Amino acid sequence: MTGTGGPPALEAVDLTRRYQLEGVAVEALRGVSLRIDQGEFVAVIGPSGSGKSTLMHLLGCLDRPSSGQLRVGGVELSNLSDTRLAELRNATIGFVFQSFHLLARTTALENVALPLVYRGVGKAERRERARAALEAVGLGHRVRHRPSQMSGGEQQRVAIARALVGEPKVLLADEPTGNLDTRNGVEVMAMLDRLNSESGVAVVLVTHEPEIAAHARRQIRMRDGLIEHDTAGAGR
Amino acid sequence: MKGREAFAMALEALRVNRLRSVLTMLGVIIGVLAVVVLVAIGTGAKDEIEKQISGLGTNIILVVPGRITLGAAPTQSKLGLADVAYIRRVVGDPSKVTVSLQSGETVRVGRVETFVTVIGTDQNLVNIFERPVGKGRPLSETDVDTRRRVAVLGSEVADRMFGDLDPIGRQVTVSGARFRVVGVYATVGQTFGLSRDQEIHIPVTTAQRLLGIERINGLAVGASGPDEIDPLSDRVTAALRDRYPGEQFSAVTQTALLGTIGSVLGMLTGVLAAIAGISLLVGGVGVSNIMLVSVRERTREIGLRKALGARQRDILAQFLIEAVLLTTIGGLIGIVLGVGGALAIQALTPVPAAITWWSIALAFGVSAAVGVFFGVAPARRAGRLDPVIALRAE
Repeated sequence: MTGTGGPPALEAVDLTRRYQLEGVAVEALRGVSLRIDQGEFVAVIGPSGSGKSTLMHLLGCLDRPSSGQLRVGGVELSNLSDTRLAELRNATIGFVFQSFHLLARTTALENVALPLVYRGVGKAERRERARAALEAVGLGHRVRHRPSQMSGGEQQRVAIARALVGEPKVLLADEPTGNLDTRNGVEVMAMLDRLNSESGVAVVLVTHEPEIAAHARRQIRMRDGLIEHDTAGAGR
Repeated sequence: MKGREAFAMALEALRVNRLRSVLTMLGVIIGVLAVVVLVAIGTGAKDEIEKQISGLGTNIILVVPGRITLGAAPTQSKLGLADVAYIRRVVGDPSKVTVSLQSGETVRVGRVETFVTVIGTDQNLVNIFERPVGKGRPLSETDVDTRRRVAVLGSEVADRMFGDLDPIGRQVTVSGARFRVVGVYATVGQTFGLSRDQEIHIPVTTAQRLLGIERINGLAVGASGPDEIDPLSDRVTAALRDRYPGEQFSAVTQTALLGTIGSVLGMLTGVLAAIAGISLLVGGVGVSNIMLVSVRERTREIGLRKALGARQRDILAQFLIEAVLLTTIGGLIGIVLGVGGALAIQALTPVPAAITWWSIALAFGVSAAVGVFFGVAPARRAGRLDPVIALRAE
């Protein structure tokens, strides 16, 4: 199933990304074009060094391409200031990381509410929305707990709640099960599945595990900075 | 992000690293403490000296020959009693002019011998300098006119020479000549470390004969009010310059004296404050240092916050507020300790200490400024971190 109307969630045309690594020019992306519609569930797979993390950073507006165009939620990125880029990230992208990236000394509720702080949402509303997001991932009873008091699976669910609290258009998950055991991994993937179909958020999953990638309805395989294969046929 | 959020966030970060925060603040605390205490001591010394100058009496013009400078020795006086009579005519009211001829002399009573300031003066001194007589009588016009060998003692001299005995009517030997004590002054205290209770006053005419000179050291004119001081001193010095063409005369007024000494002591206080300010600056360097460490430690957190939508200015604000909180909280603690310290010094030691609002406001303002100044570099570094690199940091 692709598309729920409106502009594509993500649209990239001929993206390249070069950088210097200890004086050596590295071409991490060599011309990537793809289009991800709202509500899609896509897995980006490929060996390490294939450019999938770089692509992920570009799609997440954490980095800027060396050339090519990128539209996120219909907004062209190339002319945006760093500030506007941060605001776009806040409004349209939700991140889930392999290592959870929760603030250690902060409660689950406050961790989840953090994106809303940068959006300028008032405290009462923040708490209410964060609580609702935690309930949606089945952690309504853990709001006062700190990351150290929770299992890895629970921590990743807190991170998913944080990614979704701002109601983004795209959820970018970078090896979300990489630090989890099989059971927790399965649970987290089931949750992403469910959120994708219930809320219509587009999910882009970066992984090197075929079983995890199998959850996605579309798979993009990368190699040497290029899309090698796209099951939707939208890439090269 | 709203200011209140950034504030709460920064406060939380300081709370989490409590020990480190307190140690970092310590530099600022000590700096502010030093500023408040040293300025209090400087101001206390100034107040004390101003009080002593005021204790000399009000609206007095001291007229001395020459020009008062630090570059030259005092001018040898050429003034005599005829000049005093002349100035009395210039001023109009003879009772407003008095005279002084001073000399350190040995004074003896029986076997008790002491070295004191002997001042030859006249009957007008007690009124012009507001010098109350405790016992007996002051010098009279007749004492001066007839060169009587009479003396009025400072209270300390009287105590030392006569102990419990009543000195009135007894003999003292001043520089080999015998004098009869006619009065004892009430205790008045010190001026510039010289106790005015250790003086002996004798008629100026008697003093001239005793010392074998015709001159006097200077004269003092009492003005009837503060507004009269400047015109009167101009009139007196101009009259003396008319009488002695080519000579210099200076009028020292209490206001001028207060001004000069006030500016010297103000400078001293400033120097003390500056030295203390340097330690505050060193405290600021410590804050800068710890903030850099904190930015490095929290690189991943910064990367995450950026990924979640924190703008450069949000991160900058967070770290800058943290630095400013460190220095202002340190500053407040330093002020409390400094005020306490100054009060303790005032209460427990002879050193005078006066707490001034400006030093407290300055110390607080400077500590906040130090926070901004030394917090900007680490905060900018944090704000500019590349989120991709920051997220990967260990």
